Amino acid sequence: MGSSNYQPTNKAVKWFEDRLPILGLMHSTLGAGYLAPRNLNYWWNFGSLAGFMLVVQIITGVILVMHYTPHVDMAFRAVEHIMRDVNYGWLIRYTHSNGASMFFVVVYIHILRGMYFGSYKSPREVLWFLGLVIYLLMMATGFMGYVLPWGQMSFWGATVITNLFGAFDFYEGMGESILHLLWGGFAVDNPTLQRFFSLHYLLPFVIVGVVILHIWALHLPGSNNPLGIDAKGPGDKIPFHPYYTAKDLFGLSFFIVILAIFIFYMPNIMGHPDNYIEANPMVTPPHIVPEWYYLPFYTILKAVPDKLFGVIAMFASILIFFVLPWLDGSKVRSAKFRPTTAFFFWLFLINTLYLGYLGTKLPDEIMIDMAGGIDALTMGRISSIFYFAYFIVIVPLVSRMESTKPVPISIAQSVLDANKKG
Amino acid sequence: MLNRLKNIGLMTLVVSALTIGGFSAANAAGASAYPLKKYDWPHAGPFGMFDKASLQRGLQVYKEVCASCHSLDMVAFRELKALGYNADEVKALAAEYEFPNGYDDEGEEKYRKGFPQDYFPAPYANEEEARDANNGAFPPDFSLLGKSREHLSLFTPWNSIYGEDYIVGILNTYHEDAPEGVELAEGMSYNEAFPGNQIAMAPPLFDDMVEYADGTPATTEQMAKDVATFMYWAAEPKMEVRKKMGLKVIIFMSILTIMLYFVNRRVWRKIKKGDDLA
Repeated sequence: MGSSNYQPTNKAVKWFEDRLPILGLMHSTLGAGYLAPRNLNYWWNFGSLAGFMLVVQIITGVILVMHYTPHVDMAFRAVEHIMRDVNYGWLIRYTHSNGASMFFVVVYIHILRGMYFGSYKSPREVLWFLGLVIYLLMMATGFMGYVLPWGQMSFWGATVITNLFGAFDFYEGMGESILHLLWGGFAVDNPTLQRFFSLHYLLPFVIVGVVILHIWALHLPGSNNPLGIDAKGPGDKIPFHPYYTAKDLFGLSFFIVILAIFIFYMPNIMGHPDNYIEANPMVTPPHIVPEWYYLPFYTILKAVPDKLFGVIAMFASILIFFVLPWLDGSKVRSAKFRPTTAFFFWLFLINTLYLGYLGTKLPDEIMIDMAGGIDALTMGRISSIFYFAYFIVIVPLVSRMESTKPVPISIAQSVLDANKKG
Repeated sequence: MLNRLKNIGLMTLVVSALTIGGFSAANAAGASAYPLKKYDWPHAGPFGMFDKASLQRGLQVYKEVCASCHSLDMVAFRELKALGYNADEVKALAAEYEFPNGYDDEGEEKYRKGFPQDYFPAPYANEEEARDANNGAFPPDFSLLGKSREHLSLFTPWNSIYGEDYIVGILNTYHEDAPEGVELAEGMSYNEAFPGNQIAMAPPLFDDMVEYADGTPATTEQMAKDVATFMYWAAEPKMEVRKKMGLKVIIFMSILTIMLYFVNRRVWRKIKKGDDLA
């Protein structure tokens, strides 16, 4: 990942480095050899936090597998065995289940930071794609992981989500064939649990691979920064170590406090209580909801009356992020100098949060008590339309028409200017 | 053009915030279900620990009343140490039960007394037998009810329903007769807390149904609270060790965070001021 100027002084280290230059690779990736813009703010901490969470999930996951049994008759009990009998099993499992949620929190902030500061724009499009691929893999992994405890919400969530793929019924029997392939049978059952378990173990390592590509793609142009201008001169950049290692460690330590509050004091708040009832194909829960991190997309799915187009809209709502670099035609990256863009960014964020809130509601629940009552379905449709309008209308239009604020000549100059003022 | 777009957006935001804020509050007040009474559980909150006397009374209620229909599959006798019993008492508790132990020379089933490593035996051999004995209803296992009946809300904690409150609610809100206009199915009872208000379980608790070893008056509410405490413990037996460890972790990590804050500031001092540029 970039050529290294790493020069070991120790003879043994040098001997090794001449034969496998892995220390130089580390040096130029996460060490003093990587020059980063000097003005990164705390929103830039979330990349390393996401990396940390991936490692936590893999370590706790590998330990959980030592005590878990992927079988419909034993899975639920195996999880309770972990919770009750395994030494610190409750800690490992609660870390893994809350860790999944916190991983998504961190990654969502990381993506939103990229949106606000224009990190997806040229020359970082492939870096952005790889991030989206990681996110899609995380969605698949998180979904399959939620099925493994084999509680009521595991089973019925799996039933609802897998059934979506039956909408791709382009020729006679195609939808059914897809479903049979996903289930390994004619309904969600033991073969489904076993293939989900297998894939839930595999995909995190695929994520690791794509993360390596993500970091590789990052190191060619280097990190974006809050000003969104290219870091050119030596005054614009500082070595990653010690500056950003110190900053990332501080952020990580603070983040662990937050994570610990969830693990130790409200470990079940992100989960659904029905998942403490063993899966029962004969009893449908009154209200099937996915994990919170899918809720905005779930609302978009429900907003479309046609099943196939609902599923297409749901996938499109995520895939549309891939074309964001071209929807945005602005010459300026950072929303700091694009007030209208910034305004609509926050509107988009509020709307997406509201979509998520609507995801927990039944379609006929009254959301606004006026004009005879406006139900969640109607609100979901309005919000979904805005969601897509943001990408298809607002971003292309605003980015091309907006008159931007003056952009500083260089990062170093903006630091000097700020000092003069201060 | 852009300003107009922005103003439309701003207007939408303000109008929707006002309408959603104003009208959904009225909606929330009107649509609320039966409000469960909220108790001050001694084991609630970041420092709350189980009331051991209450746990022991709850076990007594479970054994003498609930266990005739409800299983407790996932709790082993050895775990009862957490209720404040010593090793001998746990052995004695386990020995009250009999377990199948192979066959004798004539092929008859043999039985042995329970050991601490055994789990609470179920009252029925299988679901069919349980349903047959209970008018078609299946009495749920008690091991996780404390957690599977709660509804926790992160952003509106005042809307949270705690499992213990729900259990007490079920046990305490039976009506002798269904209210006017409600037609109960055969064998069902009217219960305010139960979703749909029709519950297959007949009122299980009556005042002075058990005689508490510690002399506590056995009112219906007292028994309900004790068994709810016991059931929450059964669902989350590691709660005490979890909260104690959490306190240590959070104190340690907070101090480390403060130290790392100053380390970071020290490292960045020159760069922040732009001294290297001058």
